[in-house]
Amino acid sequence: MAEKHYASKRAAEKAQRVLIYTILTVISVIWIFPFFYLILQSFAKFPDPKSIFPTEWTMQNYANLFTDTATPFFRWWLNTFIIALFTSVLQTVLVLMTSYALSRLRFNGRQALMKLILILGMFPGFLGMLVVYYILELLKINTSIYSLIIVYVASSAMSYYVAKGFFDTVPKSLDEAVMIDGGTKNTVFWRIILPLSKPIIIYTILVSFTGPWGDFMFGKYIVQTANLQPEGYTVAVGLQGLIGQDSFYGTFCAGAVMVSIPITALFFWLQRYYVEGIAGGAVKG
Amino acid sequence: MTTIKYLSLSKPERFLVKFLDFFKNFGKGFVNFFKGLPSKFMKLWNKICTPFRVIGDAWRKGSWGVRTNFLVFGFYQLTHHEIVRGVLYLLYEIVFILFMIMTGGPYLAKLGSLGTFSTDSAYAANPYGGSPVLVQGGDKSFTILLYSIATFILMIIFVALWYFSIRDAKSLQDNNYVGKFSKDSQFFDDMLNKKYHTLLLAVPLVGLVGFTVIPVVFMIITSFTNYNSIQVNLFDWVEFDNYAGLFASKATGSSIGIGQIFLKVLAWTLLWALIATFTNYFLGMVVALLINKKGIKLKKLWRTVLILTIAVPQFVSLLLINQMLSGSGILSNLFRQWGWIGAGKETFDNVLLARIIIIIVNMWVGVPYTMLICSGILMNIPEDLYESARIDGASPFKMFSSITLPYMLFITGPYLLSQFIGNINNFNIIYLLSQGKPSLGVLNLGYGDVGETDLLITWIYKMSMEGQVKNYAVACALGVLVFIIIAVFSLIFYGRSGSVKNEEDFQ
Repeated sequence: MAEKHYASKRAAEKAQRVLIYTILTVISVIWIFPFFYLILQSFAKFPDPKSIFPTEWTMQNYANLFTDTATPFFRWWLNTFIIALFTSVLQTVLVLMTSYALSRLRFNGRQALMKLILILGMFPGFLGMLVVYYILELLKINTSIYSLIIVYVASSAMSYYVAKGFFDTVPKSLDEAVMIDGGTKNTVFWRIILPLSKPIIIYTILVSFTGPWGDFMFGKYIVQTANLQPEGYTVAVGLQGLIGQDSFYGTFCAGAVMVSIPITALFFWLQRYYVEGIAGGAVKG
Repeated sequence: MTTIKYLSLSKPERFLVKFLDFFKNFGKGFVNFFKGLPSKFMKLWNKICTPFRVIGDAWRKGSWGVRTNFLVFGFYQLTHHEIVRGVLYLLYEIVFILFMIMTGGPYLAKLGSLGTFSTDSAYAANPYGGSPVLVQGGDKSFTILLYSIATFILMIIFVALWYFSIRDAKSLQDNNYVGKFSKDSQFFDDMLNKKYHTLLLAVPLVGLVGFTVIPVVFMIITSFTNYNSIQVNLFDWVEFDNYAGLFASKATGSSIGIGQIFLKVLAWTLLWALIATFTNYFLGMVVALLINKKGIKLKKLWRTVLILTIAVPQFVSLLLINQMLSGSGILSNLFRQWGWIGAGKETFDNVLLARIIIIIVNMWVGVPYTMLICSGILMNIPEDLYESARIDGASPFKMFSSITLPYMLFITGPYLLSQFIGNINNFNIIYLLSQGKPSLGVLNLGYGDVGETDLLITWIYKMSMEGQVKNYAVACALGVLVFIIIAVFSLIFYGRSGSVKNEEDFQ
């Protein structure tokens, strides 16, 4: 009797597990399919969005990407890489500075500043693009796509949130110990907080590095207003311009693959820190 | 009512008690709020008065050196061995006065009229005969407005520094009385310790003011003008006309007014934000539960597959899906075969279909985030809760609804709110996927080609950045309304979250 009961229970568990595996497989297929399709399309000789597998295979799309003067992809890639590199370094420094000040130091106007940043974040940012562009014009850097670095870095203070949440969890007694030993707040920052926050530093670098690769709004505005040549585009601006022109469909797919590969690789390499960062940031709310 | 008494009640009775309690507490809270008002008011009053008291004190008890600081910033510091601080104060004063004379003053004088003659009409009769010549330096309302805002900000800093320089001088003098003397090294020491925040925040704040605060203030002020791409050089104050237009029931002489479009877009924006947030949340939680279930293998693989969507830039994946759904794309072909799309129609021609597709694609984009966040929290739920539930014979569904869900909702409440706000402003998914289609066909009104799936944010973008006529002023008014909507939602939910109030307890 008992044996029979266990057997039926085991069978039920097995059935349940099979069901879960099936669901997970279906989900995975749905989630992967667009990327799978993208890679296949990038090798299609005759772009035909209707069929999944191309009728004839070719590397021509990739060759076009690098040789066609209308799509100087290498320049786009290089521009974006330089912007991303500078942005990630400078933004990380500023974000850490802001977060530390807002988390560990107590000064007049701290709460007000945090509220101000919260309020500023509620406005649709791109309405200020006219003004930001005018300021870039005053600084005489509006004719270069690299002015994006300044635009991204200038808004660093807005994204103090995740790092502050992390700093808040570091026990305050450590600070006090340093202060008793004659250290300054500066010492605390360099000797205590920074060495303890490797995960959040890597998270900040990762997020600020990947940001410029996907942002097309401000880049597009600069490109249009300053009337830049294709050599001055970023990948996001360049590839977005290809959409809607049927003759460039294959080139778009190839370009999309070329952008996604390095970013995805970087992401998977640092996946652990990313997960910690967004999970931590969300929970502390 | 004691707990025992409460527990002995039946379910409907408990509900009634809770319901009444809510209103009872509501009334109490109301009364407490007004009771607390006088003391709050006094606190505020004190705060406002302090600077005046300090200034008065400095004038009455200060030496002549301190009093000179009222006119020459940093004079007392300069004469009392605090060279660095004194120079900084004085430098700002000189630069500010020069700026006011050269730029700030003239622009500020034109703020009331926003300029009177533009380069468009600035041709004067040629003294040597022949065609008229262009007079340089016509007014530009944009520049007048922008410089006026910058001048106001510099003025605020000026007043603040005036106050600080006097307060500093007074405290220096007080210290001198007790035998403590100032020196420059103290200034540098303070920078690393007591005033470390000024050192850390200086650069981030300059960036924030220049590239965020000034643009946002400009945006708010522009919403009270009639700035658009037809009258780029000269525009005028229109007070609340733009807002009045958005709330007007019907424009004269046309079938649909901007007020109706606004209500339509607003309704869809809120509906979208609600549905998108909850579908993502629950599906993400279900996926997290499935992946983290005991006995399921390859956990890392499933997770990695989903993270792929986060790793690939959004404009790539969304534009790709847009291609699959448009024209002869693979998905739109499929829909056509199933008869979801009529002959000669596109996927985004059907309002309902377009909206459902957007919500589904949004799940594709957003579920991985929720999955990651939920995974972490799910693993933190104490296992013994489930153990005892199992012993009591609870079904898996009961365990989910009584343990997992309340626990998750409690911890991720703030996240849910930020997701809701993020979805109100979810620009990418609409702009890259449907471009707001199907169109409402109101392009001729001059407010952009707004469509059925447009959110307020994409409508603002269309109105201010695309099309023949760019109606910046109305777009800015809409932007301010978006801010008000978000602020109201935040105030309602955010203020109640314990983690915000009890920041100090938390550390």
